[in-house]
Amino acid sequence: MEKFLSLTAVAVPLPMINVDTDIIIPARALKTTARDGLGTLAFHALRFDGEGNAREVCVFNQARYRGAGILIAGANFGCGSSREHAAWALRDMGVRCVIAPSFADIFASNCVKNGLLCVTLPQATVDALARLAAEGNTAGGLFTVDLERQCITTPDGGVVPFAVDAAKRGKLMAGLDDIGATLARAGEIEAFEQRRGRAEPWRASARLDVV
Amino acid sequence: MKTLYDKLWDRHVVWADGAEALLYIDLHLVHEVTSPQAFAGLRGAGRPVRAPSRTLAVPDHNVPTTPDRSHAIKDAEGRRQLEALAANCREFGVPYIPMDDMRQGIVHVIGPELGATMPGMTIVCGDSHTSTHGAFGALAFGIGTSEVEHVLATQCLPMRKSLNMAVIAEDPLPPGLTAKDLALAVTAKVGAAGGVGHVIEYRGAAFTGLSMEGRMTVCNMAIEAGARAGLMAPDETTFAYVHGRAGAPRGADFDRAVEDWRSLATDAGAAYDKEVVLTAADLAPQVTWGTSPEDALPITGRVPDPDSFADPDKRAAAKASLDYMGLTPGTPLNGIVIDKVFLGSCTNGRIEDLRAAAAVLRGRKIAAGVGMLVVPGSGQVKAAAEREGLDAVFRAAGAEWREPGCSMCLGMNPDVLKPGERCAATSNRNFVGRQGPGGRTHLVSPAMAAAAALTGRLTDVRKFTQVHEWKNS
Ligand code: SF4
Repeated sequence: MEKFLSLTAVAVPLPMINVDTDIIIPARALKTTARDGLGTLAFHALRFDGEGNAREVCVFNQARYRGAGILIAGANFGCGSSREHAAWALRDMGVRCVIAPSFADIFASNCVKNGLLCVTLPQATVDALARLAAEGNTAGGLFTVDLERQCITTPDGGVVPFAVDAAKRGKLMAGLDDIGATLARAGEIEAFEQRRGRAEPWRASARLDVV
Repeated sequence: MKTLYDKLWDRHVVWADGAEALLYIDLHLVHEVTSPQAFAGLRGAGRPVRAPSRTLAVPDHNVPTTPDRSHAIKDAEGRRQLEALAANCREFGVPYIPMDDMRQGIVHVIGPELGATMPGMTIVCGDSHTSTHGAFGALAFGIGTSEVEHVLATQCLPMRKSLNMAVIAEDPLPPGLTAKDLALAVTAKVGAAGGVGHVIEYRGAAFTGLSMEGRMTVCNMAIEAGARAGLMAPDETTFAYVHGRAGAPRGADFDRAVEDWRSLATDAGAAYDKEVVLTAADLAPQVTWGTSPEDALPITGRVPDPDSFADPDKRAAAKASLDYMGLTPGTPLNGIVIDKVFLGSCTNGRIEDLRAAAAVLRGRKIAAGVGMLVVPGSGQVKAAAEREGLDAVFRAAGAEWREPGCSMCLGMNPDVLKPGERCAATSNRNFVGRQGPGGRTHLVSPAMAAAAALTGRLTDVRKFTQVHEWKNS
């Protein structure tokens, strides 16, 4: 997994609440057996009308936000399905950081696994950042999200600190394969299985392999 | 003093360091859409599946539901995904139910049906509606594909514990109302984000009075209120359902298991971080008007005016929703003209759901121009319905009787709405484009779906006399 230390990029504002994973990546894109190439269908329903014409009003179709690495979103971003394709699609579009007042649980864990940083900030702060992103980009306004220092530097030089779960921060900064870390605990996992077998002997006649 | 969630959590902690814990997973359900990249990851790292016997795979999301599916799946991408699942299960030794097996169905329908789902377990699946299995007093939640790979490789997940939340309705559900109405009312009351960071336990007579099918409907929609999982304490209803199923312990072991499962219930006096109280007696059949499951109202209500929302974000969301849904503020919900009806999904694709809809349709014809799709949740549900003659009721009414799968719940297979089409659906999500690009979804119960099919409009099912014929489901 790619490390996340610091990112300097254009920020695109999407001030909608409850942006669900079906909006981020529609189900018809889930037939892939790969992780890449999903960016073209990302936010499809927002970007195109029923006839397939690009909507000019959609921020993702505006030249000034092209290549944005940061998405500034509304509350409960990523709600709905568990599809990791949502995180993959954002990565494929070039987004590596989402800033919002709140995130859906499964989406947030999927992001960590893909080197995508979710920054949770109060509504008023997110609104202010979204305004800056909407106004400031003409001057080539870039935001810097620094995970090491846990702060965002805005195009006008302002500094916004943020809090982030220590374990998540560690994983993102190290770009760790956490499966390897769990496998290193194989002894503890086996001990747990044995302990559990003794505590719940009735499991002996329960069959998990029902097929 | 511990809650049900605390107890389930504690029982499965392999290792913990402060808030971070490694949680043991008892059962891992796998389907074709969220698993190929996970198997590819294992292969790339040269890792085996740690506990194949704790893993169960079935295709459901993109399987066609037409009877000709056993001969040919026309969609090449969908076919490739099904073939990949079969090949991956063969390679890694994972138990696999093929599409043409009579036990095939939606993962969240077949787990309980086969007795793979039991109280006291931890259950995961690369699917957010894994919360369904919480109806058994199992800690069950959806995970992403990287986590699918993690569980395949280690049978564990590194996690942080969620907060405890109780949703309480002490009074019983009025006659003619169903678990789906309750689930929608809860979603509206808690809000789509109200449960974020929490696990919801449903408490009180409105919930405990439900059958297992009804409880599954309620827990299924916990995720729509943002919760990581939904839970109900296992009781006699639960034990009776589990008893005798293929995966369940047998004989004296079953009695010992029941004794153990009883101890899972929340201790008297245990505290929740958040509580939401509901009065079931006040409820009417529910229907959604917008593009978030929290947009549910009684069928007796009207399409809301976006300006009536104090919160500017909600106002903007409501405006966008009405635009997409093609609805005008003030329009009575009862009477909105629909084109399609979808009966099925892991929310409402079980036998009781089919019975409830058939009770309304029996001896009647669906409205001209309305297309109704009935998709049983599994092969076993389908067979049970056919034994009871429900398929004949649906066919006689003019509905299509299909093979089991997710179908029009998410429109990954050919069952999709056309742009602008309006559908009364028993599934769980009315998101923009969920049932097909441009499709408009109104979430309802199976009985309400049947009523809508008969009149061609969203309709208060209580106007049909058969209300007494179905149990709360
Ligand atoms: S029926 Fe719908 S909600 Fe349930 S698992 Fe299938 S796609 Fe997901």
